[in-house]
Amino acid sequence: MGSEFVMFSLTPMLIGVLASVACALPGNFLILRRQALIGDAISHVVLPGIVVAFLLTGVVAAIPMLLGAAGAAVVAVVLIEAIKRLGRIEPGAAMGVTFTTLFAGGVLLLEQSDTSSVHLDVEHALMGNLESLVWLRATDWSSLIDPWALAGVPEELPRIAVVCAGVILLTLVFWRWLKISTFDEGFAQALGLPVGAIGMGLVITAAVAAVAAFDAVGSIIVIAMFICPPAAARMMTNGLERQVWWSVLFAVISAVLGYVLAGYGPLWLGGENAVSAAGMIATVSGIILALACAFGPHRARVGARAEV
Amino acid sequence: MTDPSVTLAASGGQAAAQVRPDAALSLRGLTVSYGEKPAVFSVDAAFPAGEMTAIIGPNGAGKSTLLKAALGVIPRLSGEVSVFGQPIETVRGRIAYVPQRASVDWDFPTTVIDVVMMGLYRQVGLLGRLTGALKARALSCLDRVGMASFADRQIGQLSGGQQQRVFLARALAQDADLYLLDEPFAGVDAATERAIIDVLKSLKSEGKAVVCVHHDLATVRDYFDNVFMINVRRIAEGPVATTFNGETLNATYGGRLAATHIDQLNLVEGA
Repeated sequence: MGSEFVMFSLTPMLIGVLASVACALPGNFLILRRQALIGDAISHVVLPGIVVAFLLTGVVAAIPMLLGAAGAAVVAVVLIEAIKRLGRIEPGAAMGVTFTTLFAGGVLLLEQSDTSSVHLDVEHALMGNLESLVWLRATDWSSLIDPWALAGVPEELPRIAVVCAGVILLTLVFWRWLKISTFDEGFAQALGLPVGAIGMGLVITAAVAAVAAFDAVGSIIVIAMFICPPAAARMMTNGLERQVWWSVLFAVISAVLGYVLAGYGPLWLGGENAVSAAGMIATVSGIILALACAFGPHRARVGARAEV
Repeated sequence: MTDPSVTLAASGGQAAAQVRPDAALSLRGLTVSYGEKPAVFSVDAAFPAGEMTAIIGPNGAGKSTLLKAALGVIPRLSGEVSVFGQPIETVRGRIAYVPQRASVDWDFPTTVIDVVMMGLYRQVGLLGRLTGALKARALSCLDRVGMASFADRQIGQLSGGQQQRVFLARALAQDADLYLLDEPFAGVDAATERAIIDVLKSLKSEGKAVVCVHHDLATVRDYFDNVFMINVRRIAEGPVATTFNGETLNATYGGRLAATHIDQLNLVEGA
């Protein structure tokens, strides 16, 4: 049991947890800033960027893909601005039009190009390939201290680990700036804080987390994790610090429970095949949000004005 | 960078701003525009220390815009801002700002004491420790506005007046010399208005400069020493006793202020 778990389940589960946490952390601030859709937008526009990078280089490699994704994100931002200004369309609609169009363009490109030789297809883009990120060199728990085995972990693991650590570090270091500029931007500006750079830094951090997570687990998890854990966490507490802790907890629970249910749930129900882990992780996060909506202690909006 | 194509009726009071050596905040040629239309056009102003000044004018006259542009919250097209004779960037620690209450989301997950502590963020920096002494200071600021017993409340549970008092407490925590307040009396109950004016008057007696964007003409005489009247351009500026009269009000509000209203204000002067 131990060796099987280490070989087939440990790394995908870890990658799922790290990707979920990396997306949920900036998601807390994006939601409070009413910018939650940005995570959604980024994860969609990443697809055409990655396909173009693949068509240009002919390989599925991390660096070109990340550059392609970043390029696509820039194109998307420019397009959204252009549509807003030239078409006089409200920001939400401009964003929606842009990212669905770019995503659809990415799907068409993907179908037209010869990607049969590599692992790049629409299903992969949506669902990732979490189950395939196995650790074949592992034999049992002792592999965790075996350099030869460790050298064989799927490359997605160290990559998402570095990104997740970076996101955690940035959140801790810039906590006060993020908090005050999210709550009261005018006041933060009057204090002399660089609120423009803080907002941009948050979006860039979210974009890096989205791209790294997309690479490992697909866009479904990215979209779900930006919104579901922070939104559920908001209903558990009235303090930002506690909200962020709850969101991390919910992200971890979604990843672990989702992975286990995807692998074993159908068997328990008498089925034969496992279901997509990414899909199940996203589903679990949605169920957690629903439960928080129904039973969370702070689910009622408390802002109702009662004059003294 | 004044745009000659902008034509606005030049009303009275366009004499060069008096240069007051005791000015806490002075503006020179401040111009702000949203799109093509100037919101504030070539305004000179001097707000003295140790006194309370009301910025008044009709809706859309650029009152809040003037404050925000002075603080750099919105970009200015041209003009100079100096605070205690220094460029603003070097003296930000001496300025406290109270934005309009409605400008933030009161559903934000935070407590009253937490909001007041935000007034200390400049002092403690990104990673400095919020010590017990600092927390005690924040609590004493809350006490000064009569809100100490609400320290651990979620901010969404407060009434409008209580929210305004918390914002004032946050400004007090900044321990500044120049206080800029954007409509501090808007939509608050009578008790809160009383509490706020008491605090502002005590700040004044400590020698601080207090500048409020104000909309209630009936209280200008009771609350303020000076008045700054604006309608995109500066209309008039000076002590309430000599500057706040029917002529300047007409120039500021155009026909929008009924003559009877102005008469009533002048009656207050006689009383």
